[in-house]
Amino acid sequence: MVTFKIERFDPDVNKTPHFETYEVDAGKEMSVLEALFYILENLDGSLAFRYSCRGAVCGSCAMRINGKIRLACQTLIKTLKSKTITISPLPHLPIIKDLVVDMDRFFEKYKKIKPYLICDSTLPEKEIIQSKKDRQKIDEMINCILCGSCYAACTVSALDREFLGPAALTKAYRFVADSRDRAKSERLQMVGGEHGVFRCHTIFNCAQACPKNIVPTYSIQKLKGASIY
Amino acid sequence: MGFYHQIIVVGSGLAGIRAAIEAKLNGLDVALLSRVHPVRSHSIAAQGGINSSLGNAPDGRDDNPEKHAFDTIKGSDYLADQDAVEIMTKEAASIVYEMEHWGTPFSRTEDGRIAQRPFGGAAFPRTCYASDITGHALLHAMYEKSVKEYIKVYEEYLLLSIINKSDSCAGIIVLNIKTGDLEEIAADAVIMATGGYGRIYGNSTNAIINTGSGMAAAYLTAGVPLKDMEFVQFHPTTLYGTNILMTEGARGEGGYLFNKAAERFMKNYTPKTMELAPRDIVARSIQTEINEGRGFENSYVHLDLRHLGKKKILERLPGIRDICLHFAGLDPIKKQIPIQPGQHYSMGGIDCNSKGETILPGLYAAGECACVSVHGANRLGGNSLLETIVFGKITGHFASAYVKQKSKTDANMESDLKKTTDKISKLESSTGKENPAEIRRELKTIMMDHAGIFREKEKLSDGLAKVKKLKERYKNISIMNKAKKYNLDLVRNLELEGKLELGEIILKGALQREESRGSHYRTDFKERDDKNWLKHTLAFNGGDGPQLKYKDVTITKFKPGARTY
Repeated sequence: MVTFKIERFDPDVNKTPHFETYEVDAGKEMSVLEALFYILENLDGSLAFRYSCRGAVCGSCAMRINGKIRLACQTLIKTLKSKTITISPLPHLPIIKDLVVDMDRFFEKYKKIKPYLICDSTLPEKEIIQSKKDRQKIDEMINCILCGSCYAACTVSALDREFLGPAALTKAYRFVADSRDRAKSERLQMVGGEHGVFRCHTIFNCAQACPKNIVPTYSIQKLKGASIY
Repeated sequence: MGFYHQIIVVGSGLAGIRAAIEAKLNGLDVALLSRVHPVRSHSIAAQGGINSSLGNAPDGRDDNPEKHAFDTIKGSDYLADQDAVEIMTKEAASIVYEMEHWGTPFSRTEDGRIAQRPFGGAAFPRTCYASDITGHALLHAMYEKSVKEYIKVYEEYLLLSIINKSDSCAGIIVLNIKTGDLEEIAADAVIMATGGYGRIYGNSTNAIINTGSGMAAAYLTAGVPLKDMEFVQFHPTTLYGTNILMTEGARGEGGYLFNKAAERFMKNYTPKTMELAPRDIVARSIQTEINEGRGFENSYVHLDLRHLGKKKILERLPGIRDICLHFAGLDPIKKQIPIQPGQHYSMGGIDCNSKGETILPGLYAAGECACVSVHGANRLGGNSLLETIVFGKITGHFASAYVKQKSKTDANMESDLKKTTDKISKLESSTGKENPAEIRRELKTIMMDHAGIFREKEKLSDGLAKVKKLKERYKNISIMNKAKKYNLDLVRNLELEGKLELGEIILKGALQREESRGSHYRTDFKERDDKNWLKHTLAFNGGDGPQLKYKDVTITKFKPGARTY
């Protein structure tokens, strides 16, 4: 048996969050997400959490598990090597209910950096040619699943609500580094402001939290460099 | 409280967003409505690629849309409508280029063109890819385009009812999951793009949200038929334990399949194409190995990538490696991957034509929830991403044209809203003794055991009787959570009603169809029977179960022939 301590909160009903405890007969290969479903179906139908792909590609189920931000689906209980598992929602975001947070602030930042390719107005009939080497430059950034882990882990985002944050900045660099994009100077201006790249203190919390092993700090440093020179 | 849009698109995967973009570019007021944020949609999980006869690979120079159409039709075991397939393969190049122009980070050839890899059932390397995260690459680019076009999204809503007013579609009734409120959205046209129902099966590659609720709503509330539902694709290679997809691209890049005796057993089934025969054939071959005792632990065989080498695996299949590391604790650079077939895709769906029109004016469908049909009895890998975008665009176009020539809907949906409200109140106040979680689990087992890769009369009729019993038991369920906000207990049990309906339709269609064609394999009728069964199945809601009718397949250029590989 594994004990799950889960943070519960409905801002319409509760004044403060509290923990509730559930005993789960965890199978050898059970993921934290599967344990949440076990609780939902058998112990407490009122538990709220997000889910979709269960294969670490959709970005729905980022949460704090034993103090660390992880995807619930990608975290097998056995790898936690713990008899008690404590789960809280992503920090620094408003809670809608239990483990479901309001991601609007996160996606506002994403939308601010014009997250789409801006290319020449006259397009070729076929594909825009891009060398293998140029394509490799965005290999890491395109793996982002917009789960919000980095944003929630970032102490600057926590203190400065206007800070664009690691995910949006990584997305900005994904386009700056894309040989097909033609809006480099516009993008650099967007990310160079008071709440942009220079706010980053390079403490790498974002990189530590990323379930896809992306290092947003790398993108941010690249953008800083490009903004200066 | 109610909203109005000229077009509402239900579902925000590739088909849904593409349809919405098309409507927006046509100048219409359009909104997306989705169970999840758009990038959480199941299109994200597609791995291997999207087919288009671009001819970018050195040995793909002679490829063209007609050859792509032929492969698709042969792959479909001649059940696809050939006019629709021709549209899809002709449009393929332009939509792939468009997605590239919208930012999709496709992998590249040495000369900087979109890279293409071989896939099952295709005569040329035709599958355009972004390493092994092609769905992710496409969905993000598509969502980015929708952000650029300022398309409104209603996030975390569950579709409950499609409104049919004097024989045209007038809108939808939805549950706002975040608040628990029921809301009505009036619309002049509704486009369904709600994906598949994989989760009615025990072993499925599908996302947990793939409950088929859109198909069920169309069937139960809009009165439109579902087509060819007995054709269920089992993907040959899903990770043993979790059934997470191991892309066909793994075999496209040269991966082998081995049984317990370390034999590349595909040589006994399809010696010419080996591991790259179409999915139905490879899935049956693997299952035969397992059933006849040549699998491991009577459950799986091995997918071997080791000979591809570290460099190629890291470049072409990094996502597969990550999944293996995290979910199976093994590195495919060093070890073989335990795989088994698992439910993957629904060839069937909401009956529509190649414009996306259903029989209800104003109601359209595109993507996996639709059945045009371009996949017939078996879909080729790489054709589903293609279908979502081509027919998303086409459906958006024709829905826009329909709305433009129509006067604004002024349907009064009070009574429909009340009906849905009553239904939910009844569920919430029920003191029934049945546990819905048990019903959900039993359905999954029944579908695997009775309507899986190998089927036969007794199993099917037994399964059908069992699902009918589950439907009876469902009437006596009660739910634990009565709160309004983010009530997953309610959402999942509303979805369960539709799942049971779909299970029944699949079983009944499979029982009636006394032949073997594509994914539908009857051990008691092993041959394809064109004389009696070269036709589509249509399932209408008959009140106490589906009423089946049939309609002809459209044949243009390609006479049904033997299907050998």
